Amino acid sequence: MSQQTELPELDSVGLLRYSWRQLTSMRTALILLLMLGVAAIPGSLIPQRTQNPIQVSQYFKDSPESARWMDRFYLFDVYGSPWFSAIYILLFISLIGCVLPRTFEHFRAARALPPATPKNLSRMEHHSSWTANGNELDIARAWFKSNRFRILERDGSISAEKGFTRETGNLLFHLALILVLLGISFSSLFGMRGEAIVNVGERFVNTPTSYDTLRYGKLYKDGNLPAFMLTADKFLAEYNVETNAPEDYTLNISLLRDGSSVIEKKVIKVNSPLTIGSTRIYLQANGYSPVVTVRDSKGDVAFQGPVPFLPQDSNLRSIGAIKVPDANPQVGFVGSFVPTYTRAPDGGGALSAFPKALDPRLLLAAWVGDLGLDSGIPQSVYRIDTSSMQQIGLKTLKPGETFIYPQGSITFEGYIQWVNLNFVADPGKNLALLGGIVAILGLLASLFTRRRRIWIRVGSEVEVAGLAKNAAPGLDLELEQFVQTLKGEK
Amino acid sequence: MSRSWAFVSNYLVYSAMAVYTLSFIAHAIETAWAVKVPNSTTKTMDYTRTEKIARIATAMMILGFVLLFAGVIARGVSAGRVPWGNMYEFSITGALAFTGAYLGALRKYDLRWLGLLISISVLLTLGTAVTVLYVPSAPLVPALKSPWLVIHVSAAIISGGVFLLSNVIATAYLYLDKMESKGERTGWAKRLPSLEVLDQLSYRLVAFVFPLWTFAVIAGAIWAESAWGRYWGWDPKETWAFITWVAYAAYLHARVTIGWRGRRAAWLCLFAGSTFLFNYVYVNVWGTGKHTYSGL
Repeated sequence: MSQQTELPELDSVGLLRYSWRQLTSMRTALILLLMLGVAAIPGSLIPQRTQNPIQVSQYFKDSPESARWMDRFYLFDVYGSPWFSAIYILLFISLIGCVLPRTFEHFRAARALPPATPKNLSRMEHHSSWTANGNELDIARAWFKSNRFRILERDGSISAEKGFTRETGNLLFHLALILVLLGISFSSLFGMRGEAIVNVGERFVNTPTSYDTLRYGKLYKDGNLPAFMLTADKFLAEYNVETNAPEDYTLNISLLRDGSSVIEKKVIKVNSPLTIGSTRIYLQANGYSPVVTVRDSKGDVAFQGPVPFLPQDSNLRSIGAIKVPDANPQVGFVGSFVPTYTRAPDGGGALSAFPKALDPRLLLAAWVGDLGLDSGIPQSVYRIDTSSMQQIGLKTLKPGETFIYPQGSITFEGYIQWVNLNFVADPGKNLALLGGIVAILGLLASLFTRRRRIWIRVGSEVEVAGLAKNAAPGLDLELEQFVQTLKGEK
Repeated sequence: MSRSWAFVSNYLVYSAMAVYTLSFIAHAIETAWAVKVPNSTTKTMDYTRTEKIARIATAMMILGFVLLFAGVIARGVSAGRVPWGNMYEFSITGALAFTGAYLGALRKYDLRWLGLLISISVLLTLGTAVTVLYVPSAPLVPALKSPWLVIHVSAAIISGGVFLLSNVIATAYLYLDKMESKGERTGWAKRLPSLEVLDQLSYRLVAFVFPLWTFAVIAGAIWAESAWGRYWGWDPKETWAFITWVAYAAYLHARVTIGWRGRRAAWLCLFAGSTFLFNYVYVNVWGTGKHTYSGL
């Protein structure tokens, strides 16, 4: 029978209570914390869909078999994976289970008086004693008060305690981490993130269809998109002539808000986004859009306008596609734009020598046939599916030049720049920031305050002793001062 | 003008390296003399002979610090900005912070026994910087043009210097611990502090700098919000900064709450420090993401 009582009774309530205690134990929290660190590692070594989708698809192409297996374990979406979420959710439950009871306990303890002076002070640390003078208790009381100790006076002895800030700071730090997590969840539920390429001179109207990509939080509603319209007036990119590295990007825009008839002139730079209500607009990338006019064999204009090309290197050699589905037969151009033309040293293709358009060229491969746009399969706007097309010529054009082929012609009119704008609504970020600031303050308070007790008993002899929690240093010096004050030496 | 400042900076860095070498030699002689002191029966040994050379070694270290400080400033002047734009500049500033952390701790604790390790690591860092990592002085790319560069990077560099110092001490702990478990410390090791002191010291340094590291991460997040449109994006550098943070948080918990001391704590400290080093070396050079510096 006695053996039976030692076993925990594992009915459902008992099991729940048992697992709760296990989960909220310090050891489990620590293991979860380390697991979180370890779990974050693969995401920094394996390309992630959210950061580097191109590298991920390259991985799938290079080794499809292993990629499929890795995908099964969410190794390309580590930070959104169920196992990563499981770890941090368990950690935060553990944290809450650990911190909340301690907060209540601390609240109670902070209002309680320190425990009475131990009977036998000579067994405590830093004990010292000398013949009493009579007024030591008064001096001690004054000293404790001026040093902000909390005291309990009883039977000719004072028990004093200080350093509650340590635990306060500690709890504040952990509560602040919960605040950070709340901020992050709030952002992912009510936030919004969109991207759009806007040609300089063109207008952007803030509706869902204007975006190239747009992601909403689960609780974000379409109608929450603030109504505004902006025009990219001017974009200036400055480059270092020695290193070709960019030095400054400046975008001037005209902004028209909803319900206003006044056009505001605004500037967006890389480190200073534009804030419209809860939405911020960031200047993220830029490139060139060659402006072309495509005519059919009769000389009628089949297509005219700028086509954004994607930069491939730091000197902005850009590639793209010009698709003309309205021409008969359909024509398409696989193109490459170089802002400052130079030939590769080994006699290879065209390269760009500088990111500014000092000597621009448009290199084209012309194709006729079926562009495949009606097949229903979504196509990249930067690529052409040439599987049912026929190449009819290659040409390098300077601005103003025209390439004439049997089915028509294409004129390279010039170029304009485009900017990639990020539109972000992140309603939880201030909460997360507040959490971060409180966390640091709490950390400072908890790491740099010491909790300690000092006792004094006055009879025929004066007895003084102290105790430092966590063996924090410095108590000996403090006691030395205290004793000196009592003896009137200071 | 900017060119000549860059040359001045290079000369100062080279001079600092020369002086650090002298400091290294002096520390080596000091250690060697200490080894020569016979394992006499007297427990307190007489180190007056080595005291002079030890003073020279520290003086050289201070001079090296001053020269390197001037070199870093000159580099900043040549580029017209704070000198934290690429790996070369991080490395020379990191070496400066490391020496600074050592000299700062030296005011409070007698750490001169560490001098040999400190001077050799600074020399290796600077050597790598001038040979492998050197790039001509140039202005910053637009994303780095922000007041947060000064705040974020200085906090990160100082944290790094102190983390590494604490790691060096933890390594010394493990080495001496092994030596003691086999028997007595050998002659020169006798003058090193006791295991408890080393243990406490490496913990103190981490406890002192952990809030600063937290601040560096948060400052980075604020900057990322204004430069990249998100305050946290699991960029490799961010991820590893987080891993370092988690590792040191675990270390502090292990010490303060569970009461780990000694060998286990030292190993955990080394592990945490190595995540920082990995972040600096691997992510900057071979990694991908927004914190990589094209051409270092």
